Amino acid sequence: MELEPVIGLEVHAQLKTKTKIFCNCSTQFGRSPNENTCPVCTGMPGVLPVLNFQAVTFAIKAALATGCKIARESRFDRKNYFYPDLPKGYQISQYAAPIAEHGHLDIETQKNGAKTIGITRIHMEEDAGKLIHDPVRARSMVDLNRTGVPLIEIVSEPDIRTAEEAGAYLRKLHTLLKYIDVCDGNMEEGSFRCDANISLRPRGQEKFGTRTELKNLNSFKNVEKAIRYEIDRQAYVLEEGKSIIQETRLWDPNKNKTASMRGKEDAHDYRYFPDPDLPPLIVDETWIQSVAKLMPELPDQKMVRFIEQFQLSVYDATVLTSNLDLADYFEETIKGLSDIKQAANWTMTTLLGMLNAKGLNITQSPVTATAFSTLLKLIEKKAINAKTAKNVFEQMVSSCKTPETIVKENGLEQVSDHSQLEELVDKIILENPDEAAAYRGGKTKLFSFFMGQVMKNTRGKADPKIVTPLIKSKL
Amino acid sequence: MDLHTLTMAQAQDLLSRGEICSVELTQALLDRIDLYDDRIGAFITVDKSCALAQAKAADERIAKGDNAPFTGIPIALKDLLCTKGIKTTCGSKILGDFVPQYDATVVAKLKKDNAVVLGKTNLDEFGMGSSTENSAFKITRNPWSEDHVPGGSSGGSAAAVAAQFCCGALGTDTGGSIRQPASHCGVVGLKPTYGRVSRFGLVSYASSLDQIGPITRDVRDAAMMMNLICSHDPKDSTSAGVQVPDFTKALKENQSLEGMKAGIPREYLEVEGIDPGVRSIFEQARKVLENLGVEIVEISLPHTQYAVAAYYILAPCEASSNLARFDGVRYGARDSDSQDLLEMYKKTRSQGFGPEVQRRIIIGTYALSAGYYDAYYGRASQVRTLITKDFSKAFDQCDFILSPVAPTPAFKIGENTKDPLTMYLSDIFTLSANMAGIPGLCVPAGFSPKGLPVGIQMMAKRFDEMSLLRAGFGFERALDLKTSFPVL
Repeated sequence: MELEPVIGLEVHAQLKTKTKIFCNCSTQFGRSPNENTCPVCTGMPGVLPVLNFQAVTFAIKAALATGCKIARESRFDRKNYFYPDLPKGYQISQYAAPIAEHGHLDIETQKNGAKTIGITRIHMEEDAGKLIHDPVRARSMVDLNRTGVPLIEIVSEPDIRTAEEAGAYLRKLHTLLKYIDVCDGNMEEGSFRCDANISLRPRGQEKFGTRTELKNLNSFKNVEKAIRYEIDRQAYVLEEGKSIIQETRLWDPNKNKTASMRGKEDAHDYRYFPDPDLPPLIVDETWIQSVAKLMPELPDQKMVRFIEQFQLSVYDATVLTSNLDLADYFEETIKGLSDIKQAANWTMTTLLGMLNAKGLNITQSPVTATAFSTLLKLIEKKAINAKTAKNVFEQMVSSCKTPETIVKENGLEQVSDHSQLEELVDKIILENPDEAAAYRGGKTKLFSFFMGQVMKNTRGKADPKIVTPLIKSKL
Repeated sequence: MDLHTLTMAQAQDLLSRGEICSVELTQALLDRIDLYDDRIGAFITVDKSCALAQAKAADERIAKGDNAPFTGIPIALKDLLCTKGIKTTCGSKILGDFVPQYDATVVAKLKKDNAVVLGKTNLDEFGMGSSTENSAFKITRNPWSEDHVPGGSSGGSAAAVAAQFCCGALGTDTGGSIRQPASHCGVVGLKPTYGRVSRFGLVSYASSLDQIGPITRDVRDAAMMMNLICSHDPKDSTSAGVQVPDFTKALKENQSLEGMKAGIPREYLEVEGIDPGVRSIFEQARKVLENLGVEIVEISLPHTQYAVAAYYILAPCEASSNLARFDGVRYGARDSDSQDLLEMYKKTRSQGFGPEVQRRIIIGTYALSAGYYDAYYGRASQVRTLITKDFSKAFDQCDFILSPVAPTPAFKIGENTKDPLTMYLSDIFTLSANMAGIPGLCVPAGFSPKGLPVGIQMMAKRFDEMSLLRAGFGFERALDLKTSFPVL
């Protein structure tokens, strides 16, 4: 019996607001414990929540970017449970009436090609705090800095079938949220977190199998690894003739396996009900339109434009639009250039190669887009040849000097003066009569010998496009 | 001059004219509290030095001539309102030593005017009760008859006003907690429209029902206090962004109430167990209003019979969630012997909350549980909508609704403590106003044969406190109760 995995993902993305969702505390990461707190987010008696409308605007942006239908009226509910990192004894979330529903995200994988993954809903909620356990004194301490930081939870339909698709979905969503500038996407700091629901069913069967929920998937790699592990684990259990227990399982990245965290019998009854402290959230057409105006070009739109406007291949366009900063860098670079394909190649191989080697992202590049563009212009103007350009690029990385300066300081200008080169070619033929005779006798392979001599004499600066016909005609 | 007899309006007048100073007024009231509050038990906390310091500051401000309406006027606050630096217990052991870091918005408004906060008054724990017997700290006695309860949950505030310990007080009302003790103590109590007064700093019992309001010696003072406390507050998302009128404009001497219509709900008079004394005072009140030109019409509030049941689902549901924050983790009492988290939660909350609070937490938790939500919370919310519609229809026929406040005068201490259900049923006339979010005013209307005060209630449509104050003021003047304060 062939088993088919059914996977749904829940992503918690932290919204990039300056202040928390229901109070004015800062959301800045890395402050000392409980520095970013006030009576409201610490749940003091008598305090009340006031919704941060910037968080709503960001949620609307995310909804528009994923093609969701935005609810004209949504509502905040209370999710009740006791835990020391939850000061009020309830989390304010959207349960019955989320801000957005019925969206989708298009993904592409090598194995399964293009596919649309449905998005069930996007809802807004507040984050909880953090417990720090002190093993020495056997105490736990509570840090409420993160309490009340605004999140959106993006819930996918159970449309995902493989770990690879799950990875593609997450990367796409991650790119998208960063593109629209609502989430910094920092996975180490927990700004982008993922839970996965996984079940198996015999292929062809419509009914879902019993699912498990995977938590602690804090990198794209871990998500894929954990899902692969869990699919294998469930398949093994089922093939043994046993049944899957509905439970929450934790991914252990050190042991590379999942382990049961809590079973269904411990499942909370969250006793959701509408938060009476917050009126219904009304999002009217005007608001949506004003947010729509702020929407940047989305990755898919940008990719299509790159293909159409710059005649780039699908692959090149995909790579260059894979993050907004890179796309912006590229567009800045090609200003005033005519050979876009060459610029794309240089960007993807030379520039990205250098950044990868140094572990930098594009915003940290030691070579600015303007400098990079100048370098490429020098190639286009034939002021330097490609080989020299690589050399100049390396010096730009290490010295931060402009390409012109480097070229001038090192006398690297391409030699394109016809008469100068003609003189040189004549001289080399005269100095190498044997090779010249052999060439003329049919050993045309010796062409590269003469070219090599020319380059040696010009320290690689001779324009090969001029030298080539010269050598051929003189011999 | 007996300074303690002054109403807020009189005190304001004398203070601004320099005939008295706030320090002497405050001292007189503090002396009176010293003398009698051991017997009455209206206050949980009296901060004399703080009160006198505030009085001194007020006098300095008056001397400079930039006094505000409440400058120098001594006020008592229900101990459910957060006061920065002053213990706020909510009548609960779990907050026995809790000192807030901030002032409730209403308290901040009082302080901005340089009013004097005398102290914090006793209450049923977290506002849950109708007799102030559910306080973890003390019993409050009715100043008119000390073996009777003052009503509740704002029993301490009502008793403090009746005993002339303060010029006026603030209470809170979730199902009648201002109006019922006002009735039992023979003072004026007004529950404003939901959203009129900021709830920021009011420790929530049932957020969709709670409202802060004045408890005062007369209707004029209630109007004065409304002018101070009503406003939109950006810190409370449920506070209304409506225009706040000058409520004292509703008060005109010798004004006829000609043209006003008062509706009497037929269902209210059919309620079982209305005390004959209450009934006859209600009839008299009706005649007084008729004599003032008010036309009395019979109206119907057909869903009245479901109000108590629905209320005692909704309020505990919200309470069960609102009180979850009292977990011993960040502030308040904590059981220190527990070996693990769950035990700490259980012991802290079992020891910290009194029986009535625990009862309501359990009811609310149960009613919100998976599988019961629709049958309880869902149905009760529907009833609430129906009750609200009943009132809107009724207000097509009348300007205000006239009713008793409670079925009986104040009962004896201990008389009803064994029977929570009877206690719940006594909220029948008041809790509908909270369900519908409409304002309700209690004005003293007479005395029972045993000499206990009895008030009447007037309710108006949302944001129409002006009609209530107008009718209440006219009624108060026409009735002219001679013995309006008890002899201690």
